[in-house]
Amino acid sequence: MAVSPEDFTCPVLISDYPNVLLGHGSGGKMTARLIAGLFLPSFANPALAALNDQAVVEWDGTRIAITTDSFVVSPLFFPGGDIGSLAVNGTVNDLAVGGAIPMWIAVAFILEEGLPMADLERIVRSTAAAAEAAGVTLVTGDTKVVDRGKGDGIFITTTGVGIVPAGVSLSADRCRPGDRILLSGPIGVHGVAIMSVREGIEFETEMGSDTAPLTGLTRVMLEAAGGPEGGDGPSTSGGRHAQPSSPSVDRAGIRCMRDPTRGGLSSALNEIAQASGVGMLLDEGAIEVPDAVRGACEMLGLDPLYVANEGVLVAIVAPEAADRVLEAMRSHPLGGRAALIGEVVSEHSGIVALRSAVGGTRVVDMLAGEQLPRIC
Amino acid sequence: MRFVDEYRDADAARALVGLLARRVTRPWTVMEVCGGQTHTIVKFGIDELLARGVELVHGPGCPVCVTPLELVDKAVAIASTPGVIFCSFGDMLRVPGSSRDLLAVKAAGGDVRIVYSPMDCLKIARENPDRRVVFFAVGFETTAPANAMVVWQARRLAVPNFSVLVSHVLVPPAMEAILSSPASRVQGFLAAGHVCTVMGYEEYEPLAERYRAPIVVTGFEPLDILQGLYMLLGQLEDGRCEVENQYSRSVLREGCLPARRQIAEVFEVCDRKWRGIGEIPLSGYRLRPEYRAFDAESLFDVGAIEVAESPACRAGEVLQGLIKPNQCEAFGTLCTPERPLGATMVSSEGACAAYYHYGRFREAAPSRR
Repeated sequence: MAVSPEDFTCPVLISDYPNVLLGHGSGGKMTARLIAGLFLPSFANPALAALNDQAVVEWDGTRIAITTDSFVVSPLFFPGGDIGSLAVNGTVNDLAVGGAIPMWIAVAFILEEGLPMADLERIVRSTAAAAEAAGVTLVTGDTKVVDRGKGDGIFITTTGVGIVPAGVSLSADRCRPGDRILLSGPIGVHGVAIMSVREGIEFETEMGSDTAPLTGLTRVMLEAAGGPEGGDGPSTSGGRHAQPSSPSVDRAGIRCMRDPTRGGLSSALNEIAQASGVGMLLDEGAIEVPDAVRGACEMLGLDPLYVANEGVLVAIVAPEAADRVLEAMRSHPLGGRAALIGEVVSEHSGIVALRSAVGGTRVVDMLAGEQLPRIC
Repeated sequence: MRFVDEYRDADAARALVGLLARRVTRPWTVMEVCGGQTHTIVKFGIDELLARGVELVHGPGCPVCVTPLELVDKAVAIASTPGVIFCSFGDMLRVPGSSRDLLAVKAAGGDVRIVYSPMDCLKIARENPDRRVVFFAVGFETTAPANAMVVWQARRLAVPNFSVLVSHVLVPPAMEAILSSPASRVQGFLAAGHVCTVMGYEEYEPLAERYRAPIVVTGFEPLDILQGLYMLLGQLEDGRCEVENQYSRSVLREGCLPARRQIAEVFEVCDRKWRGIGEIPLSGYRLRPEYRAFDAESLFDVGAIEVAESPACRAGEVLQGLIKPNQCEAFGTLCTPERPLGATMVSSEGACAAYYHYGRFREAAPSRR
């Protein structure tokens, strides 16, 4: 069952847990309930209520995107990256998938007493390199140190600010039946790379995290869709739409984008389906899962659809723009394996379904809490 | 991916579905014993592809689901003991005890750790000589060899701070309990391929004969299940009741002899309680007397814990194939994966969780969109 609207208005469930559990941070249903039951009512305002990965606020004609994210990954260094590059890319990507141009970033380090200075230096260097690669300027920061045992080496919080170009208006609540679902690349790589280091599981081929800034990819996608002002606009929309409703949506063929990090592809799509009140039908065969990810998931009893990604995005695109956007994605180094993985449908609103490889269908639900490895 | 894609081939699946449809002339009710098979059936929508009248009922073969409540409570009590490192397979952590689960123990400060292999616990025990390390040895015959191995190693290496909380159950006695129940509708079984990989299938031969029920040892991929069903329904149509082996790429009639020897070295058969079903004679393992020094149940003095199960939970009937998960009043309302009443909702192999995750709740609650 996907989270239904009544779940968002029932704060009673929160009180069922006398303590915070790990599942509250899993990005699944428990997280959604915590947000809906405690955070949303406490901080109520329209920008927050949109529940996008970034808030868009307007000041003096300029639309500003803001996002913040904390990174508590263990281990601090993993194949393909470290907590520093992850912290920059994660925040940059939350801005980029909102259609914004990431501009500035703030970083707060919470250090645990005893953290080797060499580790800190390595992380700081990698943070700086990632910021440069993503084209953002790290303009302010903060440092705190906690007692030994009260942290896990280092926690990093990054806050990013970006500018949303005129004409771009992406939001999870804008999808309609007939829209296409595009995925930029193979899923599960980051999650399995982290797991393989954390759990000491060795594979024949080493898996590196795919953490990367998605800004370049989102730019070419928006340009192909005719999003930013000054673009040539989608040729197919001219004259065909009699109703003038949501003109910005029609001009930008991309309805919304997400980087499916914690909670995986499944959670990202469930959130979008819920927000738009539409159903989704995915084609299992079209979703690329690298062999190493499949192997690890088969072994551990995990589902790749719920495994975290970093340098990957999923976009919901108007049907007339889908081919152009897909082509643009494939022209970019981070989207070379981009694929059409499904369609937005009017049936089973709020529910994501998947056509299995052998022809049956199933519901791809949001996870309740942490995904736990199976016994056998 | 090799050894996976071959068994998920869409054309071959369609061909088998077609063969099945032509072979079946009457309604039949068959049970897949193993939770892993239930998972595959629901995940790939295999039951939707079957001919009308062929009903699959989901068996008791999920170790998490049949672990009795009081053993979960014992685990919770041990894990809450200061100085203990409690190690478990992942999906036992969310199984509700009568007051809380192991995740709640962890949240309250207990040192509860997920391990992928029981041997990891021995390493933890040797690295933490001043702590007591307990492993929750759960499972069917499938996990028994590795769990036996860790106890055997602990004795050989003399690791005094290591012990196991044993909750091992056996498949054939559960199948017999189902077959001998007057309420049972099960006419044949897909037997659990991995259990048979370890134990072989000699034990099933007298069962098939005594209860006139065909049994096909079956694997876990979609094509395995379809082929197993084809063999099983063929037997039913022909009026045969034999033990056949679909999963011959893994299973020998005598099983894996070194694994069986390892089990016999450490464990002996005993009566066991099954969650939702009750006590079944000679249906589980306990440590042999020479290994009792590693028995957490006596070391931690939790032997006396006894509790009753939630009256709203009908997991027992689900496990025996008497009802489908979504025929339980609590399904999807009082009982969800987030707040499970019974263990069948916890493990992804549990029939209730499989139904819930893969959307069968809609059949039970058509008013939900």
